[in-house]
Amino acid sequence: MGYPHKSHPKETVVLSQYFGDAEARTVDGWKKRGGYAALEKALGMSRDQIIDVVKASGLRGRGGAGFPTGLKWSFMPKEVKKPHYLCCNADESEPGTFKDREIMRWTPHALLEGCAIACHAIGAEVGYIYIRGEFTEPWTIMEKALAEAYAKGIFGAHAMGKGKRVDLYLHRGAGAYICGEETALMNSLEGKRGNPRIKPPFPAAAGLFGMPTTINNVETLAAVPHILNRGAEWYKSLCLSNPKSTGTKLFSVCGHVQKPGNYEITLGFPLKDLMYDMCGGPLPGRKFKAVIPGGSSVPILTAAEAEGTLLDYEGCVAAGTMLGSAGCIVMDDTTDMVYQVMRLAAFYAHESCAQCTQCREGTAWTVKILQRILAGEGSMKDIDLLLDLADQMTGKTICVLSDSCAAPVVSGIKKFKGEFEAYITSGRKVASA
Amino acid sequence: MADNVKLTIDGREVEVAPGTSVLEAAKLAGVLIPHYCYHPGLPVAGVCRMCLVEIEKAPKLQASCATPVAPGMVVHIDSAQAKAARQSVLEFLLINHPLDCPICDQAGECELQDFVFQEGRSSTRYSEYAKRYNPVEDFGPDILYVANRCILCTRCVRFMEDVAEEAVLNVSERGDRAYIGIVDTEQLDHAWSGNVVDLCPVGALISKDFLHKARAWDLDKTASVCPGCTQGCNIMLDTRDNQVLRVRPRPNMDVNHYFICDTGRLGYQWLNRADRLEVPMIREGDKLVPVDWDRALARAAEITAGARDPWVALVSAGASSEALEQAAALVKTRGGSGAFRVTEGTEEPLAGVEDLALRKERAANVYGALEAGFSRDWDQTLHTARNAGLVIALDEWRDGPGDDLGSTPMIYVGTTLPEVVRKRAQLVLPCANMAEEEGTFRNLRGRVQPYFQAKTAPGMARPAAWILQQMAAEAGVRTTG
Repeated sequence: MGYPHKSHPKETVVLSQYFGDAEARTVDGWKKRGGYAALEKALGMSRDQIIDVVKASGLRGRGGAGFPTGLKWSFMPKEVKKPHYLCCNADESEPGTFKDREIMRWTPHALLEGCAIACHAIGAEVGYIYIRGEFTEPWTIMEKALAEAYAKGIFGAHAMGKGKRVDLYLHRGAGAYICGEETALMNSLEGKRGNPRIKPPFPAAAGLFGMPTTINNVETLAAVPHILNRGAEWYKSLCLSNPKSTGTKLFSVCGHVQKPGNYEITLGFPLKDLMYDMCGGPLPGRKFKAVIPGGSSVPILTAAEAEGTLLDYEGCVAAGTMLGSAGCIVMDDTTDMVYQVMRLAAFYAHESCAQCTQCREGTAWTVKILQRILAGEGSMKDIDLLLDLADQMTGKTICVLSDSCAAPVVSGIKKFKGEFEAYITSGRKVASA
Repeated sequence: MADNVKLTIDGREVEVAPGTSVLEAAKLAGVLIPHYCYHPGLPVAGVCRMCLVEIEKAPKLQASCATPVAPGMVVHIDSAQAKAARQSVLEFLLINHPLDCPICDQAGECELQDFVFQEGRSSTRYSEYAKRYNPVEDFGPDILYVANRCILCTRCVRFMEDVAEEAVLNVSERGDRAYIGIVDTEQLDHAWSGNVVDLCPVGALISKDFLHKARAWDLDKTASVCPGCTQGCNIMLDTRDNQVLRVRPRPNMDVNHYFICDTGRLGYQWLNRADRLEVPMIREGDKLVPVDWDRALARAAEITAGARDPWVALVSAGASSEALEQAAALVKTRGGSGAFRVTEGTEEPLAGVEDLALRKERAANVYGALEAGFSRDWDQTLHTARNAGLVIALDEWRDGPGDDLGSTPMIYVGTTLPEVVRKRAQLVLPCANMAEEEGTFRNLRGRVQPYFQAKTAPGMARPAAWILQQMAAEAGVRTTG
C-alpha cells in the first residue's frame, strides 16, 4: 500500500491490514483487533504441534534466503539442556527494502506476538530483536510496545502465564549492513565485531553465545500469529503460482514509479501488475528499463524480463534473479545503468567486513574499474576483467556479501552491455537504451 | 577412540584421525595447501580463502582449513577451479601490497612471495591505480606494523586474543580500508607478544631489533634450546658472519608449541659479546700470562697434583649438562662438593598454552646442575670453598666482581674475565658459550634437550666439557666422559 495508507484492491492484506492505524500500536488496540489470540492458542499447543502448523503452512523465511520456517524451528534440540535463543533480524539494511520498518512502525505487537510464539515453539527463554541503528522511529515504537507487553505479562517473570521466565530484549545496531547477516548479527549481539561466521556449525547447533539459536526475519515472525489464528490450510491457499511459495509478501517498491511504497501481495503475483497497477506505472513520458526485484543483492532484470516474472521464490529464479528481501528497485529509461551498477558495488565495497580476501579487495577493485569506465577511461578489457573478478567473488567466501556485489555487475553487463561499451568507445553514456 | 578416516587427496590415499582438517590431512599426505590465515597454533578463522580446494560432491570450493575430513572424501588441490581461485586470491592480495621486497625483512621467508612464485599470475591486472597507503605504526617496544604490507590474515589478532589472552589487537575499519588496529591506550608489550612477528606471514609485523639487519637467505639456522630460563623452549639461532642476529621459536608440542617469550627472543646479545676470554692464561706473580693449551693443561696438572682435599666447584646453571657432569665428577673424587646460583625474575605464563611460561629461574640448566649433584646452597658452599684445597669455577661471575674466596687456589673455566678471577685465579681457561658448542640442557620437567653449535668460539676457547675432561685426564681422575 502506498501513502496514505490505503490498500490497492489487488493487494492481499494480512500483515499490512493495520498499517496507518495508530491505535493498533498499543497492546489494547492490538488485542481489540484480535491480537494475542494466536499466542493464547499457541500456549495450549505443544512445541511440535506449533512447528507442524508452521511447516504445513509453507511459510518461508522473508529475510531473503527463503528457508522453510517450520523446518528451521524443528532443528532446535528437543530437550532444552542449554539455553535456547531466539533472534529476530530487524537489521533491515538491504538497499531498496523497507518492509520490516513498516511492520515495526505500525504493528509492533504483531512482531512481539510472533516472537512470543516462536520462543514457545523453540524452547527459548531469551529472545533478541536486533534493530537497525538508523531505525529511530521503529525503535521508539518497539520500545514502547515491549514495555506494554511486559506490563501485560506476555514477557517477564511469569511470561504468558506459564510460570516460566521469558525475556525479550531490543538491541540496536550501529550501522553496519553486514550485521544483517545472521551470524554477524550474533557476533554483534555478543559484543564482538560483526563478522560472519563459518557455517557449519549452524545457529540451531551453535548460535548466539554458542547456544542453540533460531534467527528469523521480522516479516516471518509477524506472519506466524496469522497462521496460527487462521490455520495452515488458509495460509497455504494463499498461492498464485508455485505451491512451494505460499502466503503473502510485502514488496517495497522504490524508484521510478508513480506510487512507490509497500505492497502486500500473494506469492506468485505478476511483477508487471505490481509495477503498472499498484505502483501506477512509469512517470509520465518515461519507460521502464530495469528492475531489481529482491533488494540490491539480486541480479538485475530488464523491463521486458520483469514484466514476465511471477513474484515468488521459484518465479524469480526462473527469471534469472531472486526474490531476496523483496526490495523492488524500478529504473526507467533516464537511468544510467553503468552508474547504477557502480553505485551498488560501492555500497558493498563500503560494507564489506574485510574478512575474506575476495570481498575485501574485490569489491573495492570492482568499484575502481566501474569508476574508470564512467570517467571515459575504460577499455574493452575492463568488461572481461569485471566478469572475471565477479566470478572469483562468487561462491568463494564465508558469507554472500561478495556474491551480492558480483550479481548486479554480472547482470548489468550482460543485459546492458551497450551502455558499458558506449562509455568505453565514445566516453559518454547512451541517451536512451 | 573413533576409527581413522580414509580419504583421497590428489590421488593419494590418506588415513587420519577424525576431526582433522583437510589442510592438515594434506600435510600428512605430503602436500602443502597454500594458506595464510590458518596456523596450527591458533583458532581457525577461514578468512584468507587461499586454501580453497575442490571436494567432490561439494557444491562449491571449500576452505580446507575449516573443513573436517569425511570418510571417502575425494579432494582435488590442483584442479583448474581451485588453482584459479587461489591465483585470484593472490592477485587480490597483491593489488595493495607494496612489493617493497628489496627493503622488507620478510623477503626470502615471506609466504606471499612463496605462493605468488609458486602459483601466482605473472603480471597484475591492477596497474592504473595507486596502492592504498597507510603509515608505519609503532605497536610496542619491539614491534612495528607496516600496514601497507598487511594481508589481514588476523593471525596476530587471534594470537593476542586467544593465546596470550590480552586482546589488544583488532581489525579496524571495513572493506579495503581495514587494517590491524591496537587499542589506543595499549602497547604490544605482553611478555610473549613478539610471536606475532613470527606468525605474520608477510612483513607487516616486524621486529625493531632485527630491522634491516640481514636478508633472510644470508642467515644460517641452527637448532638450539633457549638459554633464558628453565622452560627449555626450542629455538632456532639465526646467525650471519659468526653473529647471532635473531632467535626464533622451533615448534615442539611438548615444550613450547610454536612460541617463545620476548625475554628469550631478545636476550641473545650476550652470545655475541666481544669482551671474551680468548686464550688460556697462567698466573705469573701479579699477572696472567697467555699460554697455549698444552702449557695451560700442564699447569692444571701441577695445580691439581698439589691441591689438598676437598675441592669445590662453583658452577653456572647455564652450562651444558656435559660440562656440569665433568665438573661434578672432578670434585667428587676429592671429597668436594659444588653449588650454583640462579637469577630470578617474575614468572610470565602464556595463558593459552598449558605449562608454558617464562620461568622464575633464569638459567637453562638448573635441573641439569641438580641432576649432576650440585647444590643450591651457594653461601654454604662458598664458605666451604674458602677453606678448600682448590676451587674450580665454571663461568660464574660472568658480569660481576665475584665472591671472596679467601686464599684458596682457583682454576677458572669461563667466557669472560671477572675481577675476582683476574686477581686471584692460578689458571684461566677460555670456554665456548652455548651458541658455540654442542650440549644438552635438562628443563624443569626433566626433559633433556640437545642444542647445536651455531657459531665458532673466539680465539682458542673450547667447550667447557672438553676442558674439564682434559683437566680430569691430566689430574688422573676418571670421569664419565
